[in-house]
Amino acid sequence: MTAPAPLRLLACGALAREVLALIAANGWSHMALRCLPADLHLRPERIPAAVARAVAEIRAETPAAQIFVLYADCGTGGQLQRTCAELGVEMLDGPHCYAFFDGNAAFADRAEGEFDAFYLTDFLTRHFDAFVWRAMGLDRHPELRDMMFGHYRRLIYLAQTEDPALDRQAEAAAQRLGLAYERRFTGYGDLAAALAAKG
Amino acid sequence: MADEDDDIILSELDDEELVQQMHDDLYDGLKDEIEEAVGILLERGWTPYEVLTQALVSGMTIVGNDFRDGILFVPEVLLAANAMKAGMSILKPLLAETGAPRMGKMVIGTVKGDIHDIGKNLVAMMMEGAGFEIVDLGINNPVETYLEAIEREGADILGMSALLTTTMPYMKVVIDTMKEQGLRDKYIVLVGGAPLNEEFGRAIGADAYCRDAAVAVETAKSLIARRHNQTV
Repeated sequence: MTAPAPLRLLACGALAREVLALIAANGWSHMALRCLPADLHLRPERIPAAVARAVAEIRAETPAAQIFVLYADCGTGGQLQRTCAELGVEMLDGPHCYAFFDGNAAFADRAEGEFDAFYLTDFLTRHFDAFVWRAMGLDRHPELRDMMFGHYRRLIYLAQTEDPALDRQAEAAAQRLGLAYERRFTGYGDLAAALAAKG
Repeated sequence: MADEDDDIILSELDDEELVQQMHDDLYDGLKDEIEEAVGILLERGWTPYEVLTQALVSGMTIVGNDFRDGILFVPEVLLAANAMKAGMSILKPLLAETGAPRMGKMVIGTVKGDIHDIGKNLVAMMMEGAGFEIVDLGINNPVETYLEAIEREGADILGMSALLTTTMPYMKVVIDTMKEQGLRDKYIVLVGGAPLNEEFGRAIGADAYCRDAAVAVETAKSLIARRHNQTV
């Protein structure tokens, strides 16, 4: 049996831990991970150009490398899909990481009943202060909370791992945002399936 | 040592300096200072319309441009919007009394299944600042609510907003229903929201996609003017 061809994974930094966990658990030694800063999500319109630059750098380093972009649409309005198509690289399906962790089909089925939900993943729970609280200016201007979150009713923590400490952190985040709390274990969802297909 | 800015006394500035200071204060989201400065300009004999356009709208345009260019982020824009809103609440009743120009009427709302309204609120505020009468339907609007509102209000423009890729297709449902009911040509339809683009706007049959509040105002003005030219 021949060894699988080397695969370079170009991922959002918010997925680094999860991707490394999957690589380790499955022994996918032909995969190597490179990440872009997770805070690109604060300006999603900058993601396609950042991905294009990174793809060019990877190709300059290892011209024969296959590249798999581990981003969903992530608020780029289809632009990332167009960029990846132009570059001839694959990317993940789905609108964002909440959806592919939950499973894109299941997430879409639930959308109508959950449009008042704000989601956290393991990453966002760990980095709630940096990526939500401070990024939204709530540390400096707590009065903005209701302008930003007033229409949400609940926070759903989409858990990739069974971790009681993260569960408590997510619940505390819900309290800070004034939202009801729910936890849903998702595991790695469609991310695991997409990587397994390259395994 | 006190910051030099702490010593600025708004009433001691001349008009030009005061307007410049208002732009700075809007940029910094200083609501109280904006309210005070609006009062000063009115006392000096400025018309409410002049205060609105030269001090508030032009200041907020700078904020909008810096948001577009990645210099400002959402929290700063919201603070600036709050400050502008405070100034506008002083001017609004006066504008009605002093016969400020009316540009047209817009019904605006976020589409069904979507609760995001920060961008929609900014558009509504800037449109109001530009002389449009606004009927804001809020969030999560089904097609029936939009259609009932545009007919009831005799609107010129329908504005729809969506933040989610999963909800933006609903705009087409609204436009298609307008076509089915023979209403489409009666109204200008503008769409906006982070995941949209011009191509999407064209594909669903909107008159225009507006990338931000400033573009929405300019687009609305130009489409209203074109419509007037066609009917004269």
